[in-house]
Amino acid sequence: MGTATQVGGLALDLDAFEGPFDLLLTLVLREELALAEVDLAEIVIAFVSHLAGRERLDLDACGEFLVLIAALLELKARALFAEEGGELLELDPEQAAEELARRLAVYRRVKDAALWLSERLAGLEQRFFRLGPPPLPAPRAAPEPEAQDPAALSRALRALASDPPVPSTDHMALRFPPVAQFIERWRSLLRRRTRLDFDQEVAGFSRLEVAVAFLALLELRKRCEITVSQAGPFAPIRIFRAPAEQSLSWSGHSA
Amino acid sequence: MERPLRLIHTGDPERLARICEALLVVASAPLSEAELAAASGEDVAAIAEAVALLEARHSEGRSGIVLEQVAGGYAFRASLEAAEACGRLFDRPVGRGLTQAAFETLAIIAYLGPCTRPEIARIRGVNVDGVVAGLLERGMLAEDGRDELLGAVRYRTTPLFERVFGLGSLAELPRIDDLEHDALALRDRLEAIADRRGA
Repeated sequence: MGTATQVGGLALDLDAFEGPFDLLLTLVLREELALAEVDLAEIVIAFVSHLAGRERLDLDACGEFLVLIAALLELKARALFAEEGGELLELDPEQAAEELARRLAVYRRVKDAALWLSERLAGLEQRFFRLGPPPLPAPRAAPEPEAQDPAALSRALRALASDPPVPSTDHMALRFPPVAQFIERWRSLLRRRTRLDFDQEVAGFSRLEVAVAFLALLELRKRCEITVSQAGPFAPIRIFRAPAEQSLSWSGHSA
Repeated sequence: MERPLRLIHTGDPERLARICEALLVVASAPLSEAELAAASGEDVAAIAEAVALLEARHSEGRSGIVLEQVAGGYAFRASLEAAEACGRLFDRPVGRGLTQAAFETLAIIAYLGPCTRPEIARIRGVNVDGVVAGLLERGMLAEDGRDELLGAVRYRTTPLFERVFGLGSLAELPRIDDLEHDALALRDRLEAIADRRGA
């Protein structure tokens, strides 16, 4: 913005600003003065008064003033409806102008109402009254208990006096199949065959049953009834019926 | 609704007036006729008669305290002739130092309320959080539920607002069309300038 415009020296005396028009423009552009607080109509009045005091109409100054005040009006309108910019952009210029005019009319009425309130309050300066916190609510009588059935009360007391049932923890118990059952199963299989494959024999069992079957296998091994072999970690476990003379030999690499 | 138990003989309006007078003295906010009736156990019609007696007794020039109808009820205030003395003893903090922004915010809520802060900001074109907080602290505004669509808190003016501004109710606010318009005033000033130039 130029520092010496033709209307720049216009002296302004507004609520929000006092000084030359140039300085107002500078402060607005530097965002040091909120344009929303500046009454642009007062600037127009000041300019028209300034023109009225001259002998001839300065058209150049009028044109420059019109451009500047129009720019300020646009800036102020944008500032007033900043958060709704997207919404307003969808309107065509004519609709936007109508919307702006409608909102300004509402705001003008609000300003009028605010002025009325302000003047009314000033007129009531001589009015003194007592203020205090809200009073406590009035005490209320305790509610009367409803009529009760003595038999129902007796039943309720009897229920309270009896021992509560012992809670069942059955659902928490871990149900192990008996190891003996699997020992017998292994023995039965080994009576018919001399060599078994562990994985094949427990196929279709649950994880728990597989574990118990393995425990049974270890028990048989401890009793020297079988020999067990495994080629390597995670390799198939082979089970052999122990010869009668073999007692404590262990041919497995791992168990 | 069950009628309250009558505790006072209805045939003595002077006695009822004295009881209403006592109730208004201990109350810190205006009391409506219904509240006076509930507290005294009397009919609203009898209360109206008693209040009329009190109004005659407590009026400007007759008493240091004046009964006024304000904020939807009745309340005592100091008489105007005692205002200067009251001013030396007490300040009026509720209405003191209200800014233009506060007056505009109060006007919006009084005329259009209950309304939310975004609605007020939309009309005023500036953020109003601080102004609303200040008016809440002064007791001039109170929360009034939430907006169903946006969920923002809605605000309304309080009976204290009506009392500070000497209003019997919000219905006593002037019609907004009756207020002077800036546009008319501006037009008048421009025409005056034009007349001076023409002269």
